[in-house]
Amino acid sequence: MTTRVLDLPRAVKRNDAVGRRLAPPLLRALLAALLLPALLLAGLEAAVRLGAIPANLMPPPSEVARTIVYLGGHGLAGHAAASTLRVALGFLGGAAAGVLLGATVALHRGARGLLDPSLQALRSIPSLAWVPLLLLWFGIDELPKLVLIGIGAFFPVYTGVTSGFAGVDRKLVEVGLLYRLPPPALVGRVLLPAALPAILTGLRNGLSLAWMFMVAAELIAASRGLGYLLSDGRETSRADIVLGAIVLLAVLGKLSDMAMLALERRLLAWRDTHCAHLDTGARA
Amino acid sequence: MSFLEIEVEDKRFGARQVLHNLRLSVQAGEIVSLLGASGCGKSTLLSIVAGLDRACTARVRLDGRELHGPDAGIGFVFQEPRLFPWLTVADNISFGAGVRNAPAQAVEALLEEVGLPGYAQALPKQLSGGQAQRVAIARGLYTRPRVLLLDEPFSAVDAITRMKLQDLLARVAGERGLSVLLVTHDVDEAVQLSDRAVLLDRQPGPARAVLPVGLPRPRTRGGAGAAALKRQILAHFEVDLAI
Repeated sequence: MTTRVLDLPRAVKRNDAVGRRLAPPLLRALLAALLLPALLLAGLEAAVRLGAIPANLMPPPSEVARTIVYLGGHGLAGHAAASTLRVALGFLGGAAAGVLLGATVALHRGARGLLDPSLQALRSIPSLAWVPLLLLWFGIDELPKLVLIGIGAFFPVYTGVTSGFAGVDRKLVEVGLLYRLPPPALVGRVLLPAALPAILTGLRNGLSLAWMFMVAAELIAASRGLGYLLSDGRETSRADIVLGAIVLLAVLGKLSDMAMLALERRLLAWRDTHCAHLDTGARA
Repeated sequence: MSFLEIEVEDKRFGARQVLHNLRLSVQAGEIVSLLGASGCGKSTLLSIVAGLDRACTARVRLDGRELHGPDAGIGFVFQEPRLFPWLTVADNISFGAGVRNAPAQAVEALLEEVGLPGYAQALPKQLSGGQAQRVAIARGLYTRPRVLLLDEPFSAVDAITRMKLQDLLARVAGERGLSVLLVTHDVDEAVQLSDRAVLLDRQPGPARAVLPVGLPRPRTRGGAGAAALKRQILAHFEVDLAI
């Protein structure tokens, strides 16, 4: 049977038209996002060049750019790759544990009583407090770094999953029960999709914290990575290297966040949210 | 023996008893309206019949068979559409059948029946309130239940849409020989749709009155018979109105 496209309501067709008009607003959004950093960099460049700020403490942005280009030919890619790999592995481990434990706690009352109070207590421990213990347990190799990053990613994901499942509309669950869905199907067809917005928010926050914990881990003990570059720049009094590493961290963090945001938008295209309306102007 | 038999001995929310010693029956192909003040337990009664509320002392029999939970023979259209926003209209309608990508013809035929042809691939966010409620009715009908429970299904839509949906329900129920238990606050709706109107008391207990609606079908709105019956129903609630 063919789809009767002509019968679709105006709103459905309008969304397609909106999709075709996305490029100019995206370009405008990009230009708007770059405007403030560009102005700040220009102001900073001028302030340093005019002597208002000492160049040894705050090198001008053009010099930082030159340093990044220079480092690009001298192992910067290896440092960035090492950090990215650590974040990826630590985040995957922490997020997997967060999803697993979060779902268990959310869906099983017994597990909630047993696990949640302890996990909430662990959540309040500052990240750096783990470092000495991890160094004692795992030495200074890769494992303690990955575990620290995993801990950083775990709690936002865990919280997102538990709050996501807890916040599912009872009325939707009743529809699933009415149609006699067995528990696995109820989870897969009702609870999980309904909790997905909160879960994805948790994953996004977890990824952001994974980058932060990666820097903490590399500052303490590493011979490669952007955290190591930060430490190296401080020890050699090279503010340009420190700033270059910070810029790269910002770029990598932003890129990974954009990837998560794109995934979120794709998976949650069904949502009828205020922001979606602002983005597309669908109901303007 | 009636097609659907309901006996609720006791239903409480905490210390407050909402239903007590209530017996109700629905014949095959009969439309029964439940009328009563807010909080008198009408919606709770539907939840019990649907098997969604089991924290009570009650018995529900469908065609002589005692039910112990949700049953394929009973469909439910809730007060709000309760569509899954992540599923298309087609997947929402076929949700109860346990399959995605259900036969397009079956879904499209049902959409034709509820007056929404061509909407199969639309998302719930693209529907108006009345359209969403039509989809909810289609979902209630898709699994071909023998009894359809409706909990104030037209209360949130405008007057014109409400009349269209009432006509749709009367037509579909008649064509399919459905037994319908309809909770409503709208006396006109009860008169327009039902074969019997059951009036529930504010105090838990047996029904205050059961009034047969002996009007011929198809029914026209505003006839003398309907007006007389409406007055009769309202007279039963005069005590409540006085309070």
